[in-house]
Amino acid sequence: MNAENLDKNIPRILVVDDEKAIQRFLKSALSSAEFSVHIAGSGKEALAAAIAIRPDLVILDLGLPDMDGVEVLRRLREWTQVPVIILSVRDREDDKVKALDSGADDYVTKPFGIGELLARMRVALRKAIQSSPAPVYKVDGLEVDLEHRRVSVQGKEVQLTATEYDLLRLLVMHAGKVLTHTHILRQIWGPAYIEQPHLLRVNISNLRRKIEPEPNQPQYILTELGVGYRLKMAP
Amino acid sequence: MNQDSRLDPDVLLARVQAEEAQKVKGKLKIFLGYAAGVGKTFSLLEAAHSRKAEGVDVVVGVVETHGRAETEALLQGLEIISLKEIEYRGVQLSEMDLDAVLTRKPQLALVDEHAHTNAPGSRHAKRWQDVEELINAGIDVYTTLNIQHLESFRDIIAQVTGVIQRETVPDRVLDEATDIEVVDLPPEELLQRLREGKVYIPEQAARAMDNFFESGNLIALREITLRRAANRVDEQMREYLQTYATPEIWPVTERLLVCLSGGPNSERLIRTARRLAEDLKTDWHALYVETAETDTLTQDNRERIWRELRLAESLGAKEVITLKSDSAAEAAIDYARKHKITKIIVGRSIRPRWREWWRGSFVDQVQERSKGIDVYVVSEGKVSEKGEKAQPQISKESWPSYLNSLLLVLGATAVSFIVSAFLAPTNMIMFYLLAVVVAALRLGFRPALFTAVLGVLAFDFFFVPPFYSFAVADTQYLITFAGLLIVGAVISTLVARTKSHAEAIKTREAQTSSLYALSRDLAGAAKLDDILRTVISHVGETIDAQIAILLPHGQSLSVQASSSGFSLGEKEKSVALWTFHNGEMAGKGTETLSSAQLLYIPLQTGGRTVGVMGVKWVDSDEGLAPEHRRVLEAFSSQAALAIERAYLAEKAEQTQLLQATERLERSLLDSISHDLRTPLSSITGALSSLLEEGDVFAPESKRELIELAWEEAGRMNRFISNLLDITRLEAGAVKIKKEPYDVQDLLGSCLAALEPRLKERKIKIDMPPSLPLVSMDSVLMAQVLNNLLDNALKYSPPDGLIEVTARTRDKWLEIGVADQGPGIPEEHLAQVFNKFFTLNRAEEARGTGLGLTISKGFVEAHGGKIWAENQPGGGSKIVLTIPLTISGMEKASPTVGEKK
Repeated sequence: MNAENLDKNIPRILVVDDEKAIQRFLKSALSSAEFSVHIAGSGKEALAAAIAIRPDLVILDLGLPDMDGVEVLRRLREWTQVPVIILSVRDREDDKVKALDSGADDYVTKPFGIGELLARMRVALRKAIQSSPAPVYKVDGLEVDLEHRRVSVQGKEVQLTATEYDLLRLLVMHAGKVLTHTHILRQIWGPAYIEQPHLLRVNISNLRRKIEPEPNQPQYILTELGVGYRLKMAP
Repeated sequence: MNQDSRLDPDVLLARVQAEEAQKVKGKLKIFLGYAAGVGKTFSLLEAAHSRKAEGVDVVVGVVETHGRAETEALLQGLEIISLKEIEYRGVQLSEMDLDAVLTRKPQLALVDEHAHTNAPGSRHAKRWQDVEELINAGIDVYTTLNIQHLESFRDIIAQVTGVIQRETVPDRVLDEATDIEVVDLPPEELLQRLREGKVYIPEQAARAMDNFFESGNLIALREITLRRAANRVDEQMREYLQTYATPEIWPVTERLLVCLSGGPNSERLIRTARRLAEDLKTDWHALYVETAETDTLTQDNRERIWRELRLAESLGAKEVITLKSDSAAEAAIDYARKHKITKIIVGRSIRPRWREWWRGSFVDQVQERSKGIDVYVVSEGKVSEKGEKAQPQISKESWPSYLNSLLLVLGATAVSFIVSAFLAPTNMIMFYLLAVVVAALRLGFRPALFTAVLGVLAFDFFFVPPFYSFAVADTQYLITFAGLLIVGAVISTLVARTKSHAEAIKTREAQTSSLYALSRDLAGAAKLDDILRTVISHVGETIDAQIAILLPHGQSLSVQASSSGFSLGEKEKSVALWTFHNGEMAGKGTETLSSAQLLYIPLQTGGRTVGVMGVKWVDSDEGLAPEHRRVLEAFSSQAALAIERAYLAEKAEQTQLLQATERLERSLLDSISHDLRTPLSSITGALSSLLEEGDVFAPESKRELIELAWEEAGRMNRFISNLLDITRLEAGAVKIKKEPYDVQDLLGSCLAALEPRLKERKIKIDMPPSLPLVSMDSVLMAQVLNNLLDNALKYSPPDGLIEVTARTRDKWLEIGVADQGPGIPEEHLAQVFNKFFTLNRAEEARGTGLGLTISKGFVEAHGGKIWAENQPGGGSKIVLTIPLTISGMEKASPTVGEKK
């Protein structure tokens, strides 16, 4: 864990899930990872707890009994920018996209391993703490110098088009976090282009070919099937 | 019939069936009287009140009081169903509202005057048919009837009273009635009532009635009535005895045959035969023989024959047969011998005597041949209806053929002239004879005779001295003339007969072969539509009519097939529906709903009606000729059989399908159960070990157990995903969201998802860098690739290479996943895509067999194809193709997508 992650206070996590088993598991696992865990079993409880406890991160299950998870998210977003990680199931990509576009920061698919969840939590918490990224992003041989607009792989400099660079930069700024297709299109090309995913595909494809050592098995730019893309996080 | 005292099982069965039918049907009680005014309606109403007092639900369907106060008084207190008003030719007529009574569904309905004829436009022609429908619907009925209304008594009573009864009821109605109550009144009292004006007589019949209400007549009528009722009781007793097997000596079996000729006396013949059969307590058959003459009958005569045949049927003839033959007598005797007839009933000949002297009348011929068979000749009786004699139809082409005859004679004369120089006059006769033969062959019987006569005259005129005059010098020539005439006549007759014989055979053969053709085609037709079309084309062609076939559709009938350009209105359909429910012919030419445009025939097999065939003659004035009737009956039973066969085949198919589905469900449950329990047992095993014996294990062992549990959990997860996918596919809930996607991207994410298992395996990816974006649902296709890769990992050895190829081929994207495992046996290459299909492998390598099925489902949902191949060097390869499609965006080019 990055030293900067540790605050004076132990980060408070609000877990919102109606399933007793998941509550037990998360409480146990997250406490061991030195988080302070609070449980809410329904949407209403969650909203009340958020006001009372002021958590540093919310883990929100989309399949709540009393309210739509996205609705809970919206209500939260009315007054707080607290990072939210969604818990969802397979085959519900549309729900994930909708949640992400409504303000969630990341998602995890059930069944999940605790490592995956912790990684995403870290990314989300770091984003909350820091506001500006480090000028140089380095991971596994890929080096992106945001200040000087230079990209190199294994020491060799790579030439990117303007669009490709903007794309990479966006990914770097949200390194470790998932970005939906819509979000990327809106940020890079503008709101008028969100219905043109092929633009994105082509550029990702080209980008990969330029920076990935093995384009067929990408290790930097990871595909989140049906949702978006994620840049591998620097340790 | 059995001679011993054992029960005849057929009789028993018939009795049981009748009793069962009785339970469902209503009971009919007939109040029988020997004349009008004996008090039948009065008794009926009295009985009705008694029943009502017992609590039975009684309504009045129709009761004629004719203004008699006593009768009207009895109507008080009974619920009356309003009559239906029918307008006919500007006159308002009231009839019983049959549908209202059916809807009301009382326990007992009162319907007076059983023999009444309904107004035109009513559903049935006769009231007794209405009553039959009520009975079939389970409603009891009380009705009244006079003895003279019975069919078989019509002529006896006509003899007795001199009055012919027009409205009649078939005898079987009386026989099938549950109960008969004779309303009796001594004739003197009846006459007294008549004088007091208490008897209703319709005005038209007033004069005839004077004759009727004569003491002697009344006594005779009364006797007839009582005797008939006694017969009925006797019969009931007989039935009882038969069923309950009191030993009895059965009479020697007689069997009667009545020969119909179509003459005006045939009706009388039929009724006589019936009475005789009843007295002798035997069966009787009715026979009509079509000869060459039948073709010359008028339309009305044909219809009369048709009616007679139906009458015979309705009166209870065991068999009603129509035969085609040259000689009526021979055919009759043949039939008699075949069916062991003991008595033949014929009518006295109606044809003029002179025609009979040559070969004898029909009666004479029958008598000649009838060794061992009694022949009963029935006289015409005192009263005979003015019937139409069979008028031979004059051939429409008469005038031209006579002209031709003239030409022939002229021709013969001309030739004779030429030859006269060389030959004696007697030889000219040969030419005239030749002319006669030609005329007989070509022109017909009468023109041939005409030719003969003309020939004689010409011969006389031209070739017999004195020439050019009709005088005869040498009287020997008279013999020549006579000879010529006779020979001419004989030849004409013979030729004409041979011709008609040949034609009769041809027609018969045509019908037989058309029936055979229908049978053959029906045997070959498997589907219902084919069957119906075959029937329609065959029947339509054979009898030159338009056909429609209606089959049950929910509660009503719908036209399943018809000759082209033919549709039925609602009214017609309701007639068809009636036929279907009642299992009897209706429509044009019958007595039920005869105003319909078509004749409706029920298609029945084994007592069950499977449909209705509607027939409309192209020449709609033509009635139903007897031979057409035969054809229709034969065809309709064939059609019914074929239709039932189609239904049964469909049912059998459905049953098979059901069985197959059940089998599949069972195997599915077995499989799922196994594939869920297996990883679960590993997980429980590992975790329980750690829980209970945790302290004993070394850290590596602990780790190993935990890893095992983790892997098995992953396996379970995959299996459950597959189950969900297959459920979605089966439910048709797979929605494809197609978007242009990068194949590289797809593959990359699949490999990333499988990462832990790929660690020690060799994977080779062969993909050109310039693959275009492909329109696909990325989530589904990822599933497909996952399944294929999963299979490759499972079924190939740990050091085997797994190769993934992707390329474009015309308008398709082709992806292949190859392994170096044992391969798939040839015969199973297509079956591997079936649900739950697995090759028999070692336990560890076995899966549930859903992966390829799901892949196939998803690939095909894209409009693509997937198949399995064996590799030449060993191992198997799964190849899939999906269309590249999507307009425009084919190639990924570097300039696409640059910000403007």
